[in-house]
Amino acid sequence: MTVDVHSPESTADHGHHTSLGISNTKLAMWCFIGSECLFFGALISAYLIYINERADGPGAELFDIEFTSASTFILLMSSLSMVLALAGIQAGDMRRFRIWIVATGLMGSVFLAGQIYEFTVFLSEGANVTVSPFWSAFFLLTGFHGVHVAFGILMLIAAWASSLTGRLRMENAETIENLGLYWHFVDVVWILLFTLVYLIPALGGGGS
Amino acid sequence: MAESEHSYHPGRREYIQIGVILTVLTAIEVGLFYADPPPAVAIPVLLALTALKFILVVFWFMHLRFDTPLFRRLFFTGGILATIIYGIVAATFYFGGA
Amino acid sequence: MTTLAERPSASRSRSPFRRPLAETGLGSWFTTVDHKRIGILYFVSAMVFFVIGGVEALLIRLQLATPDGQVLTIDQYNQIFTMHGLTMVFFAVMPLGSAFFNYLLPLMIGARDVAFPRLNAFSYWVFLAAGLFIYSSVLLGGMPDGGWFGYAPLSLVGGDPLGYTIGDATTTQTIAGNTVAEGQRMVFYSLGLQIAGIASLASAVNFIVTILNMRAPGMTLMRMPVFVWMILIVSFLMLFAMPVIGVALWELMMDTSFGANFFDPAQGGDPVLWQHMFWLFGHPEVYILILPAFGIVSEILPVFSRKPLFGYTAIVFSGIAIGFIGWGVWAHHMFAVGLGPVANSAFGLSTMFIAVPTGIKIFNWIGTMWDGRLRLTTPMLFSIGLVAMFTIGGLSGVTHAVVPHNWQQTDTYYVVAHFHYVLFGGAIFGLMAGAYYWYPKATGRLMNERLGKAHFWIQLVGFNLTFAPHHILGLNGMPRRVATYEDGYGWNFWNLVSTVGAFVIALGVLVFIINLVISYKRGAEAGPDPWDARTVEWLTTSPPPPHNWDQVPNIRARDELWQRKYPTQGQREQVRVPAGGSGELEGDVAPGTTAPTEGTTGATQSPYTISDPGYDKGVRHDVHMPSPSYYPLIAAFGLPIAAYGVIFDQPAGFVFYAVGALLVLGGLFGWVLEPPTDPSAEVAHQ
Ligand SMILES: [Cu+2]
Repeated sequence: MTVDVHSPESTADHGHHTSLGISNTKLAMWCFIGSECLFFGALISAYLIYINERADGPGAELFDIEFTSASTFILLMSSLSMVLALAGIQAGDMRRFRIWIVATGLMGSVFLAGQIYEFTVFLSEGANVTVSPFWSAFFLLTGFHGVHVAFGILMLIAAWASSLTGRLRMENAETIENLGLYWHFVDVVWILLFTLVYLIPALGGGGS
Repeated sequence: MAESEHSYHPGRREYIQIGVILTVLTAIEVGLFYADPPPAVAIPVLLALTALKFILVVFWFMHLRFDTPLFRRLFFTGGILATIIYGIVAATFYFGGA
Repeated sequence: MTTLAERPSASRSRSPFRRPLAETGLGSWFTTVDHKRIGILYFVSAMVFFVIGGVEALLIRLQLATPDGQVLTIDQYNQIFTMHGLTMVFFAVMPLGSAFFNYLLPLMIGARDVAFPRLNAFSYWVFLAAGLFIYSSVLLGGMPDGGWFGYAPLSLVGGDPLGYTIGDATTTQTIAGNTVAEGQRMVFYSLGLQIAGIASLASAVNFIVTILNMRAPGMTLMRMPVFVWMILIVSFLMLFAMPVIGVALWELMMDTSFGANFFDPAQGGDPVLWQHMFWLFGHPEVYILILPAFGIVSEILPVFSRKPLFGYTAIVFSGIAIGFIGWGVWAHHMFAVGLGPVANSAFGLSTMFIAVPTGIKIFNWIGTMWDGRLRLTTPMLFSIGLVAMFTIGGLSGVTHAVVPHNWQQTDTYYVVAHFHYVLFGGAIFGLMAGAYYWYPKATGRLMNERLGKAHFWIQLVGFNLTFAPHHILGLNGMPRRVATYEDGYGWNFWNLVSTVGAFVIALGVLVFIINLVISYKRGAEAGPDPWDARTVEWLTTSPPPPHNWDQVPNIRARDELWQRKYPTQGQREQVRVPAGGSGELEGDVAPGTTAPTEGTTGATQSPYTISDPGYDKGVRHDVHMPSPSYYPLIAAFGLPIAAYGVIFDQPAGFVFYAVGALLVLGGLFGWVLEPPTDPSAEVAHQ
């Protein structure tokens, strides 16, 4: 299990100083993602359990699948631009890195704006957390996903800014890799949500 | 940094190919939705397509396919644990004696 | 490793503060990132909460000493029994475990610190902030009163469903506003535990990475001390259990403060979902509480039996098995809910299964002591106490697994007896054993043995006086959580005994605290290895230097220190090497291995450095420990401030949200932007 162990000379986390030969921060990120599985799993299961608890309120017929498909596509493509940004910084091409990191942030922002718009539409059509367990679960689940996207956008902006000041260089590609892991995970969650939250409940022309 | 020496990272071309496949799969999902098949058909197909997209992003964009197995284990421990325990909870609601 | 080339000018520092560089003095405790000092902070804070929780327990017992007790009002009783549970679980036992994890983990695996020292400091401050936040409810309309389990719909109604506190209602009006429910008490519960959960999650990630990635050369997984294994398992349990309760608490808060309908049956919500979520977390939590104590005992018993741990592999794998099976038993807390015979039988079976790995541990501990040369020191007495008391609690636990039996016991004092036998007789006894055992490592002085033994016997008697009668009370039908009971049920005598016992425990704890305090100045000098111990934390000085080791030890055996002291060298008889003696052990710094001997400052330490620490000679100049930092503290205290945003009416609420968010984000950004080790500190060291 432990090959070629060296003394952890300091607490700096260069992968080649660690017992497993992998970087501390990346391992931490994967631990965190493993934990997030249970977080989103809890939210998703609450939604699925309450899928029919609409308390005479509106249901999945409010979903605008065309609109959500478009924003789903945009978030999916932001994952692509995220890996392209990573490929850029790994190749030492900071210009390419900046183009793609900005593209990622922009697409994330468009997705987020779309979600906020969607929320306002639902609210205007009489759906909110107090209406029924269905909508409580819907807003908490998609809201938490949105918070994750927003936090990711903040980190993307920070990465972009620090590449401008020269703080973030090719040597720090792993930081971007970790940021990418987070971003892709948030995207993966949305892949699940798009099917479980939107498509399946809205099947047959608006559920119920 | 250490990984770049001894683990393979896909290149730009591969990433774009994955992106195209993801787009196509999403298009099929949405198309299937509008084709309005009976749920007994649509739900399994949708779930399968979703799983495929999930796998593509996780294994290629997140490099799980190429990285140390420990990361795979961490991620799937979380994912499978979540699926099982929340599945049991949901099952008690659907089939429970209460 | 030299950093001279990139020694930055002062202008590169973007921090609004000057970096705190002092490593001594009161102020340095607020900025420290040293795992040992954080461990001490955890210990002291957790002891304070332990005493608070203990006083609450005494109040409960006073109230119940006689029928129709008048010591507390019903409303006060509800708050106090809720806070007793919350305090003991989240703010005493868990952080006491963290105290030992922090102090010992790097020392036991031969590391200089944890993987993320500032994250570690953050965990501590978040835990403290959560505790202060929950207790601030005393001033803001009353403490949480829905039980530590927070069952909906009781937890939804908030404060005062039956109107016990009509007088207080006016005071809550000034702070309540945007809520559907009346009181804010259970909002403090949901927010406070969420904040505490963040602390646990952060330290779980930190410890997992540290254990997997920061081990000394040769410290393979199967050479790690059992305590380290238990930290690893506990960390994984926290990693996966905290998000579960986190979501449940968010849902509860959405219900109480924002009118959502997760658990409100009137709106189609289901209180049973809360129970599932709570116990999905709650049962792994039980192991989060007990496994650290198991680890501690597994370290202590071999030392004082002068034998290696019996069945190391079995203990490790039974720990792992507990970690897995612990996820499949949660519904044994819900047998009376009506999940149906299939679910009840399945969970009854899995609960019986989980007794097997626990039993394996008990037998291994007995096997360790069997035929050993026992030294009945205080840590050893507490360890044996754990084995005995936990066995009683484990056996009554198995009776809960039998569903029909369980239906008789549910919500009676029998359950109270059971979990106090495992959590007090188990966890607290184990943690106290650890305190006596490692106190000399942390302070350089031994605790007083006479007082220690007095503490043990007082506590053992008091504990059994308090909780053994609960078995009888429970089987006689006394329900738990009641604020009082009437005369004539035959419960009077045993309740009185239990109350007397509680005060005996309090006396024991008082002796313990006195011992902790006076031994700090007056205890006997310990030296590096006062117990003739087996693991490498005893290789360094007591207390260890900030960087733990001048030279990271090279590990070749499970009982590394023991092997160094008593090398077998082909003979069957182990011979003690004279102190500071030669290290002619095969494979120690054998050619070809990567022993960390590149330190240029001479004085290569003898591999057996018991009485020859030689730190003056061997100060390493190329060890850069992470510098202290304000940012963990700032980010941590942003969390409760933001949480007050939910408590307070608008617009004050928005101010709290904004200030809290600013502190958290600002703290995180400052944290990311400052280098882990301040460049000027490196210069100063040279
Ligand atoms: Cu349990």
